[in-house]
Amino acid sequence: MDFISILSIFVLACFVGYYVVWSVTPALHTPLMSVTNAISSVIVVGALIAAAAAGSASSKWLGLLAVALASVNIFGGFAVTARMLAMYKKKERPAPQGDNSHA
Amino acid sequence: MHEAEATPAWVLLAYLVSGVCFILALRGLSNPESSRRGNRAGMIGMAIAVVTTLVISYRPTRICVTAPANDPGYYARCAAAHGNELNLLLIAAAIAVGGSIGLVTARKIQMTAMPQLVAAFHSLVGMAAVLVGTAAYLNPAAFHIVDAAGAILPVSRVEMGLGVAIGAITFSGSVIAFLKLNGNMSGAPILLPLRHVINLSTLVAILAMIVLFAMAGQNQPPPYFFMIAILSFAIGFLLIIPIGGADMPVVISMLNSYSGWAAAAMGFTLHNSAMIITGALVGSSGAILSYIMCRAMNRSFISVIAGGFGGATSSGDAAAIDRPYKRGSAEDAAFLMKQADQVIIVPGYGMAVSQAQHALKEMGDKLKAEGVRVKYAIHPVAGRMPGHMNVLLAEANVPYDEVFELEDINSEFAQTDVAFVIGANDVTNPAAKTDKSSPIYGMPVLDVEKARTVLFVKRSMGGVGYAGVDNELFYRDNTMMLLADAKKMVEEIVKSLG
Repeated sequence: MDFISILSIFVLACFVGYYVVWSVTPALHTPLMSVTNAISSVIVVGALIAAAAAGSASSKWLGLLAVALASVNIFGGFAVTARMLAMYKKKERPAPQGDNSHA
Repeated sequence: MHEAEATPAWVLLAYLVSGVCFILALRGLSNPESSRRGNRAGMIGMAIAVVTTLVISYRPTRICVTAPANDPGYYARCAAAHGNELNLLLIAAAIAVGGSIGLVTARKIQMTAMPQLVAAFHSLVGMAAVLVGTAAYLNPAAFHIVDAAGAILPVSRVEMGLGVAIGAITFSGSVIAFLKLNGNMSGAPILLPLRHVINLSTLVAILAMIVLFAMAGQNQPPPYFFMIAILSFAIGFLLIIPIGGADMPVVISMLNSYSGWAAAAMGFTLHNSAMIITGALVGSSGAILSYIMCRAMNRSFISVIAGGFGGATSSGDAAAIDRPYKRGSAEDAAFLMKQADQVIIVPGYGMAVSQAQHALKEMGDKLKAEGVRVKYAIHPVAGRMPGHMNVLLAEANVPYDEVFELEDINSEFAQTDVAFVIGANDVTNPAAKTDKSSPIYGMPVLDVEKARTVLFVKRSMGGVGYAGVDNELFYRDNTMMLLADAKKMVEEIVKSLG
């Protein structure tokens, strides 16, 4: 991909991000932070390329360390988000009372 | 080995799909019902990105299997040149170690410690970005960012430089934020003399290093790259130490944003659409949250970053210390609330500190059994990170449709019998509306003083809020101070409610 196509993806994604994030309910701002944390660890892609490549031993070990750090974040981030989201519950509606108003 | 092989189309598509999954993950958060599905989409997106990368990284090894018949040593040489299976084992081990640390932490962490956890996670993203950038600098051929002569392309140098700089700032900034939030370091701002001069010149130096790095020739350039990293670690540290505890919601959102931009910059270097899409999403998410937090405090982003707010504990007039106030007991509070038609509970950071959310929920249930309507009012900057109070109430099983945001509930205080303020202070201070000399003037606050009675739970009359200003509310005729630890007080009220 050339620089311009990459830049286009980036700019459009910024707009998508802007509108999607404004639609997030304030009650879920903490899970929003933890899930964005988890997905920004997609940087693991770069770490994997470095760790799998030959040619430089130090580059490989740096890559492996980065894979480990990003994995903490990926697993930890998604798990803690799931744990939080499971806690958000709606009010339990009282058993519907016999509604006879529409006789 | 420098064959410029084009990335196969299916790989590009896979990264695109994973980017779309991440968009869906954020989109799901528009309401609690769809949020769980969204989180699963995020996990799927991550799995797609990881598996795709592993498969293409090992393609050369598989190419080696089709060795020419007349060359017995071909496989060994080919595999050694392209990486080998040992790496795969090491990678699996790295994922297993990191993953289990992450899972255990996620399971064990207390909900009140969520701000620290998020700060710690941000620092890991930052460090990972620095490591990936350094790996790319040391082995650029693996990332296909070299020209025919084997030198790193100038565009890639700028991208790498920016990625490493932002990553390093995210790392050291988040470490300081973590130490402050975790209480290992005082929340008070640390003000160095000439700090604005030092910070600005460091920033300029980093930009200059990036330019020099981009223009440097291949013949043993001075180590500009490492200078960028070192200066950026320093600036991240310097930027966060002068920022006080109450501004942490902005800081943590800002670092969230930086971790996104770091991922995006690395995505530019690697020409990876999943990383670019994610980086842009996370970057804008953090930026929007910072904006919301600043707006909720009526502060400009610049003034938060400049730091120093909430340092001095006493404001101009110290005469306010001996003013008379009404003190009540748990029984009084229980009696007043039992008589009420509607009670609005206003939680703040103090509730998190004393872990009072479960007792509070029990109090709410008791009151509802008495026929009282119970609602919760949340100020956007209550707590130490965006949405902190909502998570704690959800943890205590408070249904989310009883919890309201500032603008949705503020008009109701006038028709409310009791406002029950627990662990919040500045966000209820009427001075924000009336006193032009107050440091918090203009900040949107909850109009609790309009309720018929205000019950204010506070440890003692001594302390002030994080803004370091006295609260007019304590001395009003319709305010009753409940001086005790928040959790103990609520438990006693529950007992008195019988």
